[in-house]
Formats: sequence, C-alpha cells, structure tokens
Amino acid sequence: MSADLPARAQREPKPPTVTKGAPPWQDALFEKTTLFFALFVLGLLVAILVALFISAIPAIQKFGFAFFWTDVWNPVTKNFGALAPIYGTLVTSAIALLIGVPVSFGIAIFLTEMCPAALKRPLGTAVELLAAVPSIIYGMWGLFVFAPLFGDYVQPLLTKVFGNLWILGPLFQGAPNGIGVLSAGFILAIMVIPFIASVMRDVFEIVPPVLKESAYGIGCTTWEVVRNVVLPYTRVGVIGGIMLGLGRALGETMAVTFVIGNAYKISASLFAPGNSIASALANEFNEASDPVHSAALIMLGLVLFLLTFIVLACSRLLLAQLAKGEGSKT
Amino acid sequence: MNNLYRRRLFVNRFNLVASLGTMAFGMTFLIWILAILFYRGFETLSPSLFTQMTPPPGSAGGLANAIFGSVVIVGAATFISTPIGILAGIYLAEYGKSGWIARATRFINDILLSAPSIVIGLFIYTVYVARVQHFSGWAGSFALALIAIPVVVRTTENMLQLVPSSLREAAVALGAPMWKVILMVTLKAVRGGVITGILLAVARMSGETAPLLFTALNNQFWSTDMSKPMANLPVAIFQFALSPFQEWQDLAWAGALLITLTVLVINILARSVFKQASVR
Repeated sequence: MSADLPARAQREPKPPTVTKGAPPWQDALFEKTTLFFALFVLGLLVAILVALFISAIPAIQKFGFAFFWTDVWNPVTKNFGALAPIYGTLVTSAIALLIGVPVSFGIAIFLTEMCPAALKRPLGTAVELLAAVPSIIYGMWGLFVFAPLFGDYVQPLLTKVFGNLWILGPLFQGAPNGIGVLSAGFILAIMVIPFIASVMRDVFEIVPPVLKESAYGIGCTTWEVVRNVVLPYTRVGVIGGIMLGLGRALGETMAVTFVIGNAYKISASLFAPGNSIASALANEFNEASDPVHSAALIMLGLVLFLLTFIVLACSRLLLAQLAKGEGSKT
Repeated sequence: MNNLYRRRLFVNRFNLVASLGTMAFGMTFLIWILAILFYRGFETLSPSLFTQMTPPPGSAGGLANAIFGSVVIVGAATFISTPIGILAGIYLAEYGKSGWIARATRFINDILLSAPSIVIGLFIYTVYVARVQHFSGWAGSFALALIAIPVVVRTTENMLQLVPSSLREAAVALGAPMWKVILMVTLKAVRGGVITGILLAVARMSGETAPLLFTALNNQFWSTDMSKPMANLPVAIFQFALSPFQEWQDLAWAGALLITLTVLVINILARSVFKQASVR
C-alpha cells in the first residue's frame, strides 16, 4: 500500500506547462529556402541571356549588326550572316499561323459550342494528346510519309491553281519534291494547333452564360453568338493564344529540321529548301569546330531566344489582361 | 425578310460544318501519325530491341543502351527538378502571393514554359559542357531538368491555390508552424495534382530531342557512367532516321513507337490521377 503511493503521486496530472512552439528559425529557414528556389527560376532567364551573350561575343565582334542582314553562311571562309535562317524561321512560323489559326478557331468553337457534353472531355483530351506527341515523331512522319505525298499531289495542284497569279505566282512555282519551307510550315501548323486551340477553348469558356443566353434569346444563331458575343468578349485572350502558338512555332526544332531541307538561301518559291534558326543549330552545332562558327550559331540561338521571349511576353501580358478583366466584369 | 432569315441560317450552318471539319482535320492527323507509327514500329518491335545494343551501320541490333540511357537521364532530371519546382511553387502560392518577386517569377516561369528547348540545350552547353570539355549524361539531365522545372512550378502553384484557407487556418490554430502546415497539410491535400504535374513534366522530357543534342550526345555502347556521353532514345532516333541504312531506319521507327507510347500513356495516367484526386 505504502509502496503504491509514490507511483500514484507520479500519475497525478502535472500543472500545465507552457510549451514553446517550434523554434522560429525553422519557419524562417523554410521560407528562405522556397524564396531561394523562386529566385533561381527568376535568375534562370538572366543566366541564359548572359551565358549566350558571352559565348556569342566572338561573332558579335567580328560581324556586328551586319550579322542580321548578311545573306551568306560559309564555314570555309568563316563568313556568317543570319538573314537566311531568320527569314526561314519567320516564314515557316507565318505559314504555320496562317493555317493553324483558322483551324484552331474552328476546333475551339466545336469544343465549346457544338460538341455533345459526353464527347467534350475525350475530344478535348485527344486534341491535347496531339500536343503531347514528341516533335521528333512529327519530323519522322513529315519526312517519310507526309513529304512524298505532299510533293506528289498537293504541290503540283498548288502550282496549277496559284502558279500563274500576279504576285502569289512565284511562291508556288518550283520543283515539287515535298521537302522545303512550305512543308515545314504545314507540319508546324499541325503542331501549334493544339496549343492555340486549347487556349481559345479555355477563354471561350469564361464567357458568362448569361451573355450568350441573352443573345440566343433575341434569336441569334450559334454563329452569330460566336461572332458578336464570344469573340469580342475574348478578343484579347484569343490574340494571346495565337501569340503563344507563334512562340512555339518559332522555336520548334526537330520537326522543322527533318523537312525544311537545310539550305542557306532565300528563295522566292515556298517549295524550295531553306533553313530556320533552330534547324541550323540542330544540324551544325556539333560539327562546328571553328570558334567563330560556334559563336555565330550561339548568336543565332540568342536571337531566337530574344524573339520568342518578346512574343511569349506579349502573349502572357494579353492573357493576364483578360484574366484581370474577368474579375471586374461581374 | 424571309430571304435574310434563310441567309443567316445558311451562314450559321456553313460555319458550324466548317468547324466540324477543322475538328476532323485535327483528328485525322493524330490518327494518321499514330497509325503510321504502329504500322512501321511493330515490324521491328521484338524482344531483341530491349536486349541488344545499337548496331553499327548495316547490321541488325536493338536499342537497349538507348532505352536505358533515356530512363537514367530522365530519372535524374526528375529528381533534380521536382524539389526545385515544388519549393518554388510553394513560394509563389504561400509566401510571395502578390509581391513583386512572385509576380516576376510567375511571369518568367510562364515564358520558360514555352521557351525553345534547343536554346536550353545551348545554354547548358555554354555553361557546363564547354567548361568541362566533354559531353555527358549529367549535362543532358540538367538540360531536361530546366525544361521540367517550369511545368512543376506551374502545377504546384495552381494546385496550392485551390486549397481553401480555412484548412491552413485550422492547422495554424492547432499550433503547427507554417512549414509544417505547408508540407503536411496543404501540400498533402493537393498531392494528386502535384503528382500530375510531375508526370506531365516526365512526359514532356521523355520526348525532348533538341536539348540532348548538345549535352548528352550519343553513345553506341552500353554506358552507365553519367559523366560520359550517354546513349539516349531521342538522339538515337534522330541519328538513325536520317541515315541511309534500312536497319537503322527500322530501329528509328521502333524507337519512335516506344517513345510515343510512353509519352501518351504517362499523359493519360496523369489525367486519371488528377481526376481521382479532384473527385476525392
């Protein structure tokens, strides 16, 4: 009995002690760690710009601004100018948008306005899977399957229809061998469609149903609702989506490398082989043994990065503007 | 009046049919590409693909070293990019919110998300490969990690923003320090979404060719040393597809089928993980 006593006394509840919280340094450490990695992402962009600029210095010193409007690329004489690849990049991207934008617009309308609810998800996913297919697959398909058919059937047809027109004519003349700027642009179009279409679909879906219903209520057809209500409401977002697609098209490498033909020249015909910045890099960078040659290629990379940076920044600003407007309009 | 009405109906119908046509156009290419891949890829798909090394020109072989290299490079890149991406995402969603650092980071991250991957490869070449004077598996992993980080940051931040603040407040009221609240309550609540982000990043990395060209390069032999040039599937496909040899081209198609199947399966898996997570 008496031996029990100390044990019972031990079991008595202790007076509550004030427990200290976790030491404050833990929280501070965690916050600073996350901040560090956020700054790491922020610094990445600056690092890319600086590193490419430093490596491009030999080319900048040698060629200066003339680099941008010189149309020669001669590793033997070590004379390099970026006009042809820049031209190729811009033209292929322009073709991609010319074909891709209307198609994406149609797909977005189909998915938001026409598609039965049960098919919305699977078809939306299918469009996104088109974006998930690796670009090298587009390249192989383009080179082995698409280009031969394109050269045999589509290009002769284009020459027949457009070849004799006043200004457009020369664009569609030349040997129809399937490889060239036009094929590269067409394959790029298929690759950017999913990106543009899914942005368009997302912005079309934020249109308040009340707006659309009132338009339907006064007797508008589906097309009139799209044309006069949905499109004006989402114009900024649609342009943002197109810019996003453009950013993708400018920097796309593998698919273009396979089908563009890799020739440093600017031709009047879209059937002729050409070169884009990205394909020039993919083809030549590992073979460039001369420092000036590699520096010129890195300079091309820098130009490409700045170009896509500007386009993508515009895209983001436009999309952010739409998101802001969405908050204020109730 | 009747005429106008008929014209409006016609325009409507015409445009809707056109929209249906664009959808069919898009789907045609998806199905066409997949059909060709299966048709050409299955011809060479055999067990020896996974057991034999990439052959010299003009003889048969497999892709074992390239498959292994791809898995190792992508795996290492995932381990590098996941913590960085999640932590940066936590900062954006939980600490930075609308401060200028967070806003700037968000903006830059969105741009890096679509930045040309070949420039990322070029960047790693100039800061790493050119310094150490040789191509290596690690360089490939670093380049891929830089491509994955923005994807993980983006999804982590978006997911964390979905967590209702009452959940955080409840945890804080129980006396948990902020770092525990974030790691054990909010991050746990959106686990499924974050995993989806990581899976999407893995899918994106698996198919990337351009950044590996100047970093991991290629290797014709079995290589497990990541500080040496390393074989990998995308670059092997690139090299084989553009070669004049029939055996190499066949192998390229088989590799292309493997990559595409992997990427599509991961994508569909990621979507179903996300769906499950959001249903719960």
